[in-house]
Amino acid sequence: MATSHPVVLAPVDTLLRHELEPWARLVEQRLEAGNRVVTLFGRLDRSGGVLTTAVVERAEGELEVLRGQAAPQASFASLTPRFPAVQMFERELWEQTGIVPDGHPWLKPVRYEGARQQHMRDHPFFSVRGQEIHEVGVGPIHASVIEPGHFRFMCHGEQVHHLEVQLGYQHRGVEALLLTRPARALAPLVEVIAGDSSVAYGWGYSAAIDALAGTTAGSAADVVAGIALELERVAMHLATLAGLMADVAFLQGGATYGRLRTAIINRTMRICGSRFGRGWLRPGGPRFGLTDHLRNDLKATLAAFSRDMAEVNDLVVSSRTVRARLRGVGVLTRQVALDLGLVGVAARASGVAVDTRVAQPGALYSGRPVVALTEPDGDCWARARLRMREVDESVRWIASVLDEPDLHRPGTNRRVRGAVAPLQPDTVCVSVREGVRGPVVQVLETGGDGRLVHYKVQDPSLVNWFGLALAVRNNDISDFPICNKSFDLSYCGNDL
Amino acid sequence: MFKSIKVRTSQGRQYIADPRRAEPVGFRAAPHVSSTPCEAGCDACVEVCPTQAIALCQGADAVRIDLGRCVMCGDCIAECPTGTLSASSVFKLAAAERQGLMVGTARPVPEPLQVSAALHQRFGRSLKLRSVSSGGCNACELEMHALSNVNFDIGRYGIDFVASPRHADGLVLTGPMTRNMASALQLCWDAMPAPKFVIAVGACAISGGPFDGSEALERGFLEQFAPTLYVPGCPPHPLTFVCGVLDLLGIES
Ligand code: SF4
Repeated sequence: MATSHPVVLAPVDTLLRHELEPWARLVEQRLEAGNRVVTLFGRLDRSGGVLTTAVVERAEGELEVLRGQAAPQASFASLTPRFPAVQMFERELWEQTGIVPDGHPWLKPVRYEGARQQHMRDHPFFSVRGQEIHEVGVGPIHASVIEPGHFRFMCHGEQVHHLEVQLGYQHRGVEALLLTRPARALAPLVEVIAGDSSVAYGWGYSAAIDALAGTTAGSAADVVAGIALELERVAMHLATLAGLMADVAFLQGGATYGRLRTAIINRTMRICGSRFGRGWLRPGGPRFGLTDHLRNDLKATLAAFSRDMAEVNDLVVSSRTVRARLRGVGVLTRQVALDLGLVGVAARASGVAVDTRVAQPGALYSGRPVVALTEPDGDCWARARLRMREVDESVRWIASVLDEPDLHRPGTNRRVRGAVAPLQPDTVCVSVREGVRGPVVQVLETGGDGRLVHYKVQDPSLVNWFGLALAVRNNDISDFPICNKSFDLSYCGNDL
Repeated sequence: MFKSIKVRTSQGRQYIADPRRAEPVGFRAAPHVSSTPCEAGCDACVEVCPTQAIALCQGADAVRIDLGRCVMCGDCIAECPTGTLSASSVFKLAAAERQGLMVGTARPVPEPLQVSAALHQRFGRSLKLRSVSSGGCNACELEMHALSNVNFDIGRYGIDFVASPRHADGLVLTGPMTRNMASALQLCWDAMPAPKFVIAVGACAISGGPFDGSEALERGFLEQFAPTLYVPGCPPHPLTFVCGVLDLLGIES
């Protein structure tokens, strides 16, 4: 069986250019066949037209690139009414290119970029009519130390009928900035797209540049990057669990998960200098390898960590108050998760086994498989339990590769300049990495001179936010904080 | 109950006894500039720096680094052929003036902060902070959040993050300041009662950092309300924040 790869190169001249409507029908056929749309977006052409791109995951995890072309302001019959999984993609396509998905039920800007900045009032919120219906607006600034976003609840008494998540406050113009700097020097910018996923982004970007340059970082380099990614996953799951425990006032759990996270990120810092794994991965391979000393240090840390983690998990899971607060709250059924095309933890906690480390294992995970864990119930409890189990699985995976040879090699604090050969011209490169929230998708396209003409960034949160909106329906509004924390989605990853 | 005691026992003592004397092993701070002369004509560091934090000049202060821009990526260190730039884990980097973040050959680290008598008197025993992220990538936010965990535990110094701006003395600003957040930020600031001050946290808040030059930013707020404390880093180590505030307010540790 051929191995599906997390990085795919598609020379532009091998891609058929479909007219807009036939392109949309092609995507529709794929959706009908049960394939997943990984991303879908457009870009302005130099001639003023629009080029559209859809990346579809076919059976066996193969990634297919479908290209369309359209005149400015052209429209096509929206796929959203039949396939809500593409609703955010269509909204973004419209916002970024002006192409209109006709019949989209809720065509609103995703993040109010460009000329629409600060124009959030131009689009009213969804309104629910009826006696005793009232609205509650929260944010953009929230009570805690977190990123901004606006949540508008349509409530009947204490019960939420509908939640509209209005983001965009974090919009920094990332995609435009990425095109203003040299393609191979983007790592420090890519690492701050969503800073809690620096490794997933940094690795995905580096792998894309390597592929476009026709080089491979090598097996040891891949393993080191894989370790970096799992350390990031463990740290962020712990941050979520700590927050969740604080939200249900189970303070001992919060304090313990918090200090366990400290141990993990400090270990990451010992290896690469940053508690967030920044500066670790670059085109050409990791800048820091694992010397014997670091390797033993990491082993000892993980051994002690696993013990304490098991202990606190046991305490939390057996606590009646925690169960009472999280069970049956914020339920997202498997069918809804499938319909919305949810990814990552949000999908897996509803019983949908999607994980790009399994679907596109490449050389790294083929020989060193990861188990895609799921929970059946789709409630806050399931998302919390899944995070606990994923932490264990990540630790297991790291332990299983730590004794591989040559892990110290990729290091040597390599120089950055001149490390990469020229990039292959006129090529679309799709790069996917399974970050803590799900697949971090980056699609780079080079022009005739090998420079980047487009850089599409897609955080898993873009599609998953709507999952949160549906999960809180018919729940008490007071349960929103724990629902939100149990998903723990990225604001800046959505807003770019 | 027994489970709880077990977890408590394993927890042990986690707090950092004296943040001023902590040793964050492996932390990569901004590069240290030594007096070793550069190779003639070499500008490798300038070329490689992602945030234009480095300037090369003639004379005694040959290499200058703006900590307000530096994201501590270490790329310049890897490029430096003479070892003029080397790794450092000095975390006491906060400054009370923007100019104080300029380091280099002549002054490799910022001057120690002077205690502000006025701030000491007002907030030395109790400082309430309101965090506003304006385009922050969640790294600064997580580090600010970590300040209240069992390791850094700033509550013991009377420093807390509060929910309402009405209760806040200081505004902790993270992120490069997006246009879409401009009015919310202003509202929050206006809702804070005087006396109040701004703490700019991270390269983004201080200078725009890696996002400097983006059309989507609106940094006018800082021109009106200059920060009282600058905490550099990407993200800053929590210790940089703790020590900065303790030093500025003259709080014992
Ligand atoms: S460490 Fe700082 S000065 Fe050096 S290249 Fe990185 S951002 Fe620039």
